Order: sequence, then structure tokens, then C-alpha cells
Amino acid sequence: MDRRKSIQTIILGAGASALAFHGCKTEGEKITQDIPAAEDTKYFGRTPEELELIEKLDAEQLFNEHEMETIAVLSTVILPPKEPHGGPIEADVPAFIEFMGKDIPEMQTTLLGGLMWLDHKSNTEYGVEFKNATLEQQKAILDPIAFHDPEIPLEEQPLEIQFFFLMRGLTVTGYYTSKVGIGDLGYKGNMPNVWDGVPEDVLAKHGMSYDPEWVAKCVDQSQRAVIAEWDEKGNLLT
Amino acid sequence: MQIKESSEVYDVIIVGSGAGGGMATKQLADAGLNVAVVEAGPFFDPADPKTMTQLKWPYESPRRGANTTRAFGEWDMAYGGWEIEGEPYTHEEGTKFDWFRSHMLGGRTNHWGRISLRFGPKDFKGKTRDGYGEDWPIGYDDVKPYYDKVDKLIGVFGTNEGLENDPDGFFLPPPKPRLHELFYIEGAKKTGIPVIPSRMSMLTKKINNDRGVCFYCGQCGRSCSVYADFSAGSCLIFPAQKNGGRVKIFVNSVVREVTTNEEGKATGVSYISKEDRKEYKLKGKVVVLAASACSSARILLNSKSKQHPNGLGNSSDVVGKYLHDSTGSSRAGFIPGLMNRDVSYNEDGVGGMHVYSPWWGDNSKLDFPRGYHIEVWGGMGMPNYGFGFSPNEFNKFFNLPVGGYGDSLRDDVKKYYGSVIGFGGRGEGIARKENYCEIDPTTVDQFGIPVLKFNYKWSDLEKKQAKHMQETFEELIHNMGGTPLGDTPTKEQDYGLLAPGRIIHEVGTTRMGDDPKTSVTNKFQQLHDADNVFIVDAGPFVSQADKNCTWTILALSWRASDYIIEQLKQQNI
Repeated sequence: MDRRKSIQTIILGAGASALAFHGCKTEGEKITQDIPAAEDTKYFGRTPEELELIEKLDAEQLFNEHEMETIAVLSTVILPPKEPHGGPIEADVPAFIEFMGKDIPEMQTTLLGGLMWLDHKSNTEYGVEFKNATLEQQKAILDPIAFHDPEIPLEEQPLEIQFFFLMRGLTVTGYYTSKVGIGDLGYKGNMPNVWDGVPEDVLAKHGMSYDPEWVAKCVDQSQRAVIAEWDEKGNLLT
Repeated sequence: MQIKESSEVYDVIIVGSGAGGGMATKQLADAGLNVAVVEAGPFFDPADPKTMTQLKWPYESPRRGANTTRAFGEWDMAYGGWEIEGEPYTHEEGTKFDWFRSHMLGGRTNHWGRISLRFGPKDFKGKTRDGYGEDWPIGYDDVKPYYDKVDKLIGVFGTNEGLENDPDGFFLPPPKPRLHELFYIEGAKKTGIPVIPSRMSMLTKKINNDRGVCFYCGQCGRSCSVYADFSAGSCLIFPAQKNGGRVKIFVNSVVREVTTNEEGKATGVSYISKEDRKEYKLKGKVVVLAASACSSARILLNSKSKQHPNGLGNSSDVVGKYLHDSTGSSRAGFIPGLMNRDVSYNEDGVGGMHVYSPWWGDNSKLDFPRGYHIEVWGGMGMPNYGFGFSPNEFNKFFNLPVGGYGDSLRDDVKKYYGSVIGFGGRGEGIARKENYCEIDPTTVDQFGIPVLKFNYKWSDLEKKQAKHMQETFEELIHNMGGTPLGDTPTKEQDYGLLAPGRIIHEVGTTRMGDDPKTSVTNKFQQLHDADNVFIVDAGPFVSQADKNCTWTILALSWRASDYIIEQLKQQNI
């Protein structure tokens, strides 16, 4: 545990905005507690068996070079890059889809078959593989399969619709679970902080307010570092 | 192959290191006894950066948190799951039981929800109340002093509300509700359902100098690296060692049986080491089983001898019987009032809910005898695998097209982020002799130990309770201005009632009682048939209550430990 950091350093080190300190404003007592370094990504908490499985999957190849390029092109049509948070390429979406196809083999036929369908359709209509078609041509191929009837179970819909649903899902999930995607979403969590309730302006926006009686029972964050003591009836004294 | 026998005789051998085993370890070692803890899984310390998943980002993994190797997602801190390779279990045809096992130091306490509810006075006397099941041989007053001590030792936040069957305690102050929880409070008020701050074992305030304070990452399921939530290793076993206690931990050691002598008393345990696949014997004056209700029943049933031909402690034929899990049925709803969230702040909070609803109903006016509480989830959580898979499905509620591609998907994701609320009803099922686990003589695990066969069916009472849950959830969602997602589960679908075992509150397999003919242990969790064997997991529970079982396991394990210390002092065992 040689790479321990205090909460304060982690907050600063993570480059949090001033807003991340919102909850700390009322902080009267500083707590210095060591949190083991969370950036040790070699293990990300895997057991030896889990690491072995990842190595095994990494050594396998599901898609050939052409298919990987097609996935890259398709994912970018699905979710075009946008400044400043990039798009599927910056989010490593193609590599993520390759890995998931091996990790959840049930998806393989839909993915492989769907890619073949794309090229077949593109070749038939335009005499060119999907990845080399113009954006207009690509959209013309995707439009009929991109909107499904949500009332009909997906597995009862044609393969190409299932394929597009899956590709869109993997693209969006891959993007929003990436560093750039989390930036685009604006999620502010996964770092040490002090929760002290929903900010006033957010409450107002949603027409909500705290019941003063309820809040009176809640933690006084200025006393969090003081060891709890009670009277014999269970009333907190500290 | 010769069985290797240790020469050391321990005062106490404890099998299992979860809530029950951890508490027994702490109390017995603190009392100066020489303790051996035998755990089937590896050593685990939540503070070890090598195994730590807390504060990891989804992109640190190639599968972005998907649940391929861990049932609740790859950051969840439970080694094991519903199925464990080489360690099967079987079922009687036409019955169901899903068994979640976690083999590691601290067991399932490393990932549990930390919902820490005391049973109330009515919960110990179910049969008196409505005629179903059996009364406990003890009452709330017997357990109250131990609940009080557990509150103070381990720490639980909550509030004293003066409710009859949801007793007050020694609580740390709760965190303020999140936005979706304020919506819930309002919706529940309209529905006539009470809401109070949750009661969960995370430290919102310092409780001693050895454990940290919650820093609100919402990841208690990953086990807290500063020990700000309760896990049996970090809060009981390590402190017992630090206190100078004699605690020897045998990890990767799978107990096969309790060994007994000519008088039928326990002499220790035999176990198989996963490291060399050889069988070993440990000697002890007292054996405490805390392997989980079903695993302890399995060990007893496999401990057959001349003196105990039907399995140890099983002269009553009750071991394995009365197995019951909490009932569970869930529903989610889309709440338009929670659309277009402001993401300027961190609302991770503690892991799980800040508010909940204890049972409010009057069962004498309902068609099912026991209650349930409502758990609430929602909010702007960290994206993981599956996030945004159907980014604009809720467009259907606005007559807008579902699907598509392009820049609009980004807007859709943000528009609907945090707009779903979910409910879990967790209720009490009736303990029945006909629901049981037994040894399957046809099947062994990879260690050659005969495995469990389950036989469990819900009755109409539990199904009617689940129906009530679904009706309540739909009313709540409507009163929050929302729309329930998916179709209402039908009668054919048991109203969404999950398979037995799914709530992971297995209890009742070695129930306590005053009559040795109808119970396995006495009211101090001591086997009627062998006075130096105790059970401190949830096996001795006579009934479950609509409360989660951990706080009661801890209180009863402490109580049983005090009794063991007293009996050893008096040289009765």
C-alpha cells in the first residue's frame, strides 16, 4: 500500500471542478483517512482466475480486419463524434464490441450475420461495401432497420433489426462507460465527497423541498469526525 | 491416503467467517479463548489494492462491468455466485431454489446491502399472532440487549421512530434523501404509506478510531476499503486479532463433517484443503457452525456416526427442514418529473437507499398473513455495462419514434438519465416443514462431499403477498406522476415473485425450540443432541420476519457466544 492518498489529494488529483466541493463547504472537521490507491488498473480487483479468462479472450479473434473497420464506421454513424468528448473511436468502442462478442458468445451470430447483411445490402444497392459507401448511402441502408416497433418482442423481429438494436446498444453503452462518454454525460460521482443533500437550485427546478423535521434528524456533516456517543435511550449526544 | 491430524486442541472451532462466524470469533477471542476459524474461500481484506474494486471506473475493464464472472456485475465483492464450478446442488423435480454462496473471508457480508433491521416483538411470535408457523422460544426482550450492543459495536444509521414492530436502537444519523427519494416520499404520502430513513450499517459518523467514515461513493457492494461499512472481516475478525486475540484462520478449507466421539460429543472437524486436495482434522472442545443456513445443515447431515446415524443433531429429523427465504417482487417506473436532470452534483450517497417503507399494513384485513417492506432505488448512478442500451425507449410515452441513430441519441441519454425509480418488496414467507434441503446421495462435489438437494415451493400466501406488492408499486408510481415499466406480472408469473433463494436470506434449516423432537437447537443455539456444538448462522431462525436477517444473526451469535463462554466457565461443556 505504497500509493495511498488522502481524500483531499484524490479530489484535487482527479481534477474535480469547484462543484465537486459543494458538499464539503459545511465541513467543519477534516477527516484524513487513507484510501488505497484506486488507479492500480493492472488488477482492477480481478481474481487470478478472472485475469486468466480475460487473457484467454484477448488472445482470441472474433472479427477480421474488414469487420473491425465496418464496426468502427457503423458505430460512428450511430453516435457521431462531438467536441469536446469525442465519439466511439475515442471510447474504444470497436475493441469493446470485439471483447463482448467473445465474453457473451450468444451475441456472435447476430453480430457476424448482421455485418454480412450490411455488406450484402450495400453491395446490392450501391455496388460498394458498407464501410466505403457514402454517408447518405449508409443512412439509406440504416433508416429502415433503425426504428423498431417497441410493442413487438425483439426476437420476433428480422435479424437486421435485431443486429442494429444490438450494435446501437453496444455503441451507446461502450461510449457512456468510457472516460470521454462519462465526461459527455457529466456524471460527477465515483470519488470521495461528503453528501449533504440535493442543491437548492436542483430542488427548485423539480419543485421539491426538504421537510425541516426530516432534515433535522440527518447527519450534521460538521460532526462526522466526532466519535458517536449515546445516552441510555439511544439519543445521539455527539 | 492418511488424514492429517493437528495436535493442537482449540477451545473453539468456528466454521465460516460471515456475519455469524465473524461475531462469534470476535466475542470468543475477546474472552481469551483459542479460536480456529475455518473458511472455504481465500483470505480477503477490503483494503487490499489488489482485490479492491471500490472507485474503479467501468473503462478499467474490457467488459465495462458486465456480470460474466460475478452475478451482480464484475465490481461486486462476492466470490462465488448462484453456481460454483465443481460444487453443484440439485433439486427435486418441479421445485426451485437458487443458492447464492460466497466463499471468502467475510463471506456474503462483503457485498450485502447493509440493510440492518431488528426483528420486532411480533416477529418472534408469529404463530400466536396468526396461527402460521411456530413461535420462537425467545422474544424481543431476550435479543434487545444484543441488538443494542451490535448497534454500538458495528454502527448503523437510522432514526428512532417509536414504531411498535420496528424497534428503536442506537443509531448514527442518516444521510439526507436524494432527489428521487424525495419524489418517493411524496408519492408514498399520497398512497398512505409511511417512509422513514433507512437503517443501514455504514458509518455516517465515526464510531471508533479503527474504522473510517463513509465518503459517499455508493459502492458498499464493493466492500469498503476504509472499513466504513460492515463486513465481517474488517469489523469483527481483524479487530479480534488486533485486540491480541488468539485467532488462527484456515482459508481455502472446506469442512466435510463434524467429528464425534463415543459419547456423541464433537471432537472437531475434518476439512479438505483446496490447496493440496487432502483431508485434514482439527481438534476442538467446542464446534460453532456458521457456514450459512444451508451449508451448516449440509455439514450436520454429512456428519453421520454410530451415535448420530441420521446425521449430527438430527434425531428430530428436522435438520434441513423449514428452509425459507424472504419473498421478493420488484417493479420499476418511469417518472417524467425526474427527466432532464441537473448533473452538476455528485449524488452517489451511501450504497443503496437513504429511505424505505417498513410494513404498514394490517394483515387481519388482507388475504396474506405476513408483511413486507419496500426498498427504493434510482438516481444518477455511474454508467456500467448495459447503460443506454435502449437510450430512447421512453420516447414511446411521448408518441416519439423509438430507436434511430445520430446526435439525438446523446440528447436522449441525458434527457432520461436518472428518470427511473425501482421498488423491491421484501417480505416474510411462512416457514414450512415441506420446504427443505437434504443430502443428494447421487451427487458429490469436487471434494467428494455429498451435496444438497433442494425441495422448495411457494404457497398461495406468498403469491398473494407478491400480488399486493405489485398493486402497491403501481399505485406508488402513478402517485409519483409516472408510468410502471413492463406489464403487470400475471397470476401465471406468480405476480413477479422471485424464485426461493433469490433474496439470499436463507434461514430456518436448524431451527431452535424447547422441544428436541421438533427443533435442532435450544434457545441458545446449542444442539439438543450434542452440547458442545452450536449454530450461529441463520439456521436456528424459527421465522424470517419482513426484515433482512443479518442484524439478527449478529445479535444471536453474540448471545450464543456469551452462553458458550459461561458454559465453559462452569465446565458444563
